[in-house]
Amino acid sequence: MRPFIYEQPSDISAAVALASNFTTRDDQPTRANAQFIAGGTNLADYMKLGVAEPNRLLDLNRLEEQKLRQIRVTGDGIRFGALVRMGEAADHREVKKRYPVIAGSLRLAASGQIRNVASLAGNVLQRTRCEYFRETSWACNKRVPGSGCAAMDGFNRQHAVLGGSNACIATYHGDFAQALIALDAVIHAQGSDGARQIPFAKLHRQPGDTPHIETDLAADEIITAIEVPALPWARRSLYLKIRDRESYAFALASAAVALDLDGETVRDARIALGGLATVPWRAGAAEEVLQGKKLDEASAGAAADAAFAEAQPHQHNAFKIELGKRTLVRALLETRDMKV
Amino acid sequence: MDVAAPRPKENQGEPLPRVDARLKVTGQAHYPADLPTANLAHGALATSSIARGKVAKLRLDDARAVPGLLDIVTYGDMDKVDKPKFGNSSATSIGPLHDRTIFHDGQIIALAVAETFEAAEEAARLIRAEYEEDKPTASFDSPGTKTVAAAGKSPMFKEDVKAGDFDAAFAAAAVKIDQRYSTPTQHHNPIELFSTTAYWQGDQLVVHEPSQNVTGWKVELARQLKMDPANVRIVSPFIGGAFGSKGPMTPRTAIVAVAAKRLGRPVRCVTSRMQAFGTQTYRAETRHRIRIGARKDGRITAFAHEGWEVTSRPDLYVVGGTSATGRMYGYGSVLTHVSLVQADRNTPGYMRSPPETPYVYALENAMDEMAVALGMDPVEFRRINEPKTEPIGKKPFSSRSLIQCYDQAAAAFGWAKRDPKVGAMRDGDWLVGMGCATAIYPTAVAPCAARVRLTVDGDVRLQCGSHEIGTGIRTVAGQMASERLGVAIDKISVEMGDSSLPPAPVSGGSISTASVCSAVLKACDAIRTKLYAAATAEGGPLAGSHNEEFDLADGKIVAKSGASAKVEDVLKAMQVGAIEEYAEFAPKGATPEALKKLYAGTPEFHGGDQDEDSVKYAFGAEFVEVRINRYTREIRVPRIVGAFAAGRIMNTRTARSQLMGGMIWGIGQALHEATEVDRRYARYVNRDLQDYLVPVNADIKDLQVILVPEVDHAVNPAGVKGLGELGNVGTAAAVASAVYHATGKRIRDLPIRVEQLLV
Repeated sequence: MRPFIYEQPSDISAAVALASNFTTRDDQPTRANAQFIAGGTNLADYMKLGVAEPNRLLDLNRLEEQKLRQIRVTGDGIRFGALVRMGEAADHREVKKRYPVIAGSLRLAASGQIRNVASLAGNVLQRTRCEYFRETSWACNKRVPGSGCAAMDGFNRQHAVLGGSNACIATYHGDFAQALIALDAVIHAQGSDGARQIPFAKLHRQPGDTPHIETDLAADEIITAIEVPALPWARRSLYLKIRDRESYAFALASAAVALDLDGETVRDARIALGGLATVPWRAGAAEEVLQGKKLDEASAGAAADAAFAEAQPHQHNAFKIELGKRTLVRALLETRDMKV
Repeated sequence: MDVAAPRPKENQGEPLPRVDARLKVTGQAHYPADLPTANLAHGALATSSIARGKVAKLRLDDARAVPGLLDIVTYGDMDKVDKPKFGNSSATSIGPLHDRTIFHDGQIIALAVAETFEAAEEAARLIRAEYEEDKPTASFDSPGTKTVAAAGKSPMFKEDVKAGDFDAAFAAAAVKIDQRYSTPTQHHNPIELFSTTAYWQGDQLVVHEPSQNVTGWKVELARQLKMDPANVRIVSPFIGGAFGSKGPMTPRTAIVAVAAKRLGRPVRCVTSRMQAFGTQTYRAETRHRIRIGARKDGRITAFAHEGWEVTSRPDLYVVGGTSATGRMYGYGSVLTHVSLVQADRNTPGYMRSPPETPYVYALENAMDEMAVALGMDPVEFRRINEPKTEPIGKKPFSSRSLIQCYDQAAAAFGWAKRDPKVGAMRDGDWLVGMGCATAIYPTAVAPCAARVRLTVDGDVRLQCGSHEIGTGIRTVAGQMASERLGVAIDKISVEMGDSSLPPAPVSGGSISTASVCSAVLKACDAIRTKLYAAATAEGGPLAGSHNEEFDLADGKIVAKSGASAKVEDVLKAMQVGAIEEYAEFAPKGATPEALKKLYAGTPEFHGGDQDEDSVKYAFGAEFVEVRINRYTREIRVPRIVGAFAAGRIMNTRTARSQLMGGMIWGIGQALHEATEVDRRYARYVNRDLQDYLVPVNADIKDLQVILVPEVDHAVNPAGVKGLGELGNVGTAAAVASAVYHATGKRIRDLPIRVEQLLV
């Protein structure tokens, strides 16, 4: 492991100032000399593997602003402080009641131990677990721009069928983010240019020709909160995760679904897909198909077909298109049948 | 009664808690890398990122610049010691630092030694190799493989067994199948990482390393280092998971020993999880073709099993499970053939039930297919083919309780409630399937030595160079002494895991309980004989009592007539403070060389298919229920029941625990485990526990182990059949059978995953 300097800034502005000092405007947060760390479940792992090489870690766990650690439920929605731990949010009574899809996405992620440590903001910023990215002797455009992609023609069972490019097909593995993108969440961030809000759907960037650019954040920007707008009908929502084993595994396919129903007819639908795409993935085309339709196996199937119309399979992951469709169909029907 | 401590039935011992249970759960059990060592330096391996070629140049400057770096051991530094010799004590013949040739991905190219673990790792990471790279061959179907017949390539696989005229019988069979099956590369991934700690005391070398074979390693390491084995000591008091991976020594051990010598201080090297995939052994990828022909009434007339197994270029490791599959049922004729397919891979090795797991998986999946082809219940199909003698040598089984296992497991499982029609059982959106398969494991035994001392205070000290790999061998060895000497278990201390103790065979092949307990029994009986003689001698406390049966209980010698004497008083009368016996056990049929070979670390195995009088196997039957979602097709296993008969059960708690672990692993083999190989580069891709999946608690629901009583005096003096490797044989086939029952899809390639059920 490379030696590094470890600092514990005392508040948000001190953290931003430190980051500004040791990074430049062009630095990507994941490649900068100074990087923020919260739970560390992803970054510390990647530092040991030589995938992340910051020489300065800015630990956010001592920041004095208490709102960073609070979940606030109001008529406008719900606001998660960035340092709230996954486990805490998953077990929150109001979250479970008002947004089952959020609670479900958190509960089905990682393990109990990891959920107790990992922060919500860190969770949404988690990096891909692509095997070729994790191990530094492979070619990887995300880790070393321009070095090639070993996954493209390698073992790519877990790789993305949506949102890939010729440079990168690494999957975004997070679960929570699928619930957030479906519910039109907003990210609150603070950097040396001040505070701003970013629609969650704009936070992550598809790989395109620059897979090493992963988010819209600057290297000195800190996520301070995640806000989910009020959506009364989100009580009828769920997160369905299909994986190789029953717990502690990334999704082969997952679906975050919220439905506004008039009887069996869909007034509105929110759909996101996980384990299938390079970034958190809102399935807008599937939502449109369902609008005004009676929700049954046929219309759910049509929505699933629309969601995967542009999917691109590779050698070992073609099954994910069929699995993704079935996951979405099942999630839609199970959401329809929820007792709320 | 506590489910973890089943009430003993006939010929089954008490479910005593493990003697080291408290140490283990309180973190006081010291595993080899935990043993305190003063002035320690830390080593980290650098490994190759290509699978075939040569290391043209190593650039060490960056590594040398790391603060705290002490030494780098690499090419040239091992020239004065000998290369490893492939065999039971050595995983490979490759001396990675003897030769710049790269034979496989992840081959050791250097050891960096530094003041701290972190500095050593950083230095190892900064060692840069320049390669002359050749195109590697990854596995089956890759260009450049070389195929050779396996028979005779390993002392444990002498021939392709056969019987009768298979071709004629198969041609004439009324019902037949001809199918192909496969199992993937698997790595053991014990939670305790692989490590070596070495230090020198003058000419004496001490190595702390998790090992299933301290005597074999002592001799092999001494040979490599050109030393007298008496000057080498291997210490391995606790092992945190082995499963065969810590059976043969790897080249790292000698490299760390050389590093410690160069530096003149102790060196410890703990390999990373990722590095273990290339520097340790693994379960070879296998392929099978099985042909079964039968009469319409279900009697099998023809059975052929052909196997292909991947191995390395330098070493011909043989899996070879046809000896067991060829003897499993009363086939009329048998034809088998095993081939080795050499590729640019590290050398595979033993992994829990090495031959039986893949070969019996193929056989039992085929048996299930055959039952379907016959329109017959799979349990009934096996019952019909239950043999009187094994088909190859026409020998009897020393005991065979397979049908009792099927009957008891079927009853507990509720097999009678199964609707045999495929896809007929449902629970809402979940398809329900039920399947079964046979487990078999050869009952072997090897020579073993043990020292037992009984003191005047009633304490017992038992010493044996066997290994506590989690099986409970310390506990059951202590139980044997407790029973024979009439001393409570808490008065017995059991020392194991040190090559300076009386030698025991490798803890592999499920031989340990039988071999160790037979040696302990012999030592204890020698103590008993001395005690009786002294007690009944003139002037002794039981003088005048002759030709009477005695027993030892509660610190007393008790004669059948009821007369008794305190052991303490007998020892006092003998004017000794202790009786100590060193016993060497050699199994029936042992050669005159058998004990010499025990001390040389190359013990003979007897039993299994080797004996003249009978063949010796333990059997079991496993029943599995699966649930498969009708949309998304993920597979869950809500229930599994296994019934096993394995002769004398020393301790029902540790026996159940081992069988349970095996069954859980079997579920993993069925549904989760596979090491993925990048076919272009012959490199492992999923080298960590994130991507190498094993079952987690949530995957295991209702699991039941039934210990079927069985008495077998022919196997060994202790009457014990090993069961450590029985539980995971057959499980994967039972899962495949259940998946077929639920879906109508016959999956022949492991692991069974959602993608195979979507199409």
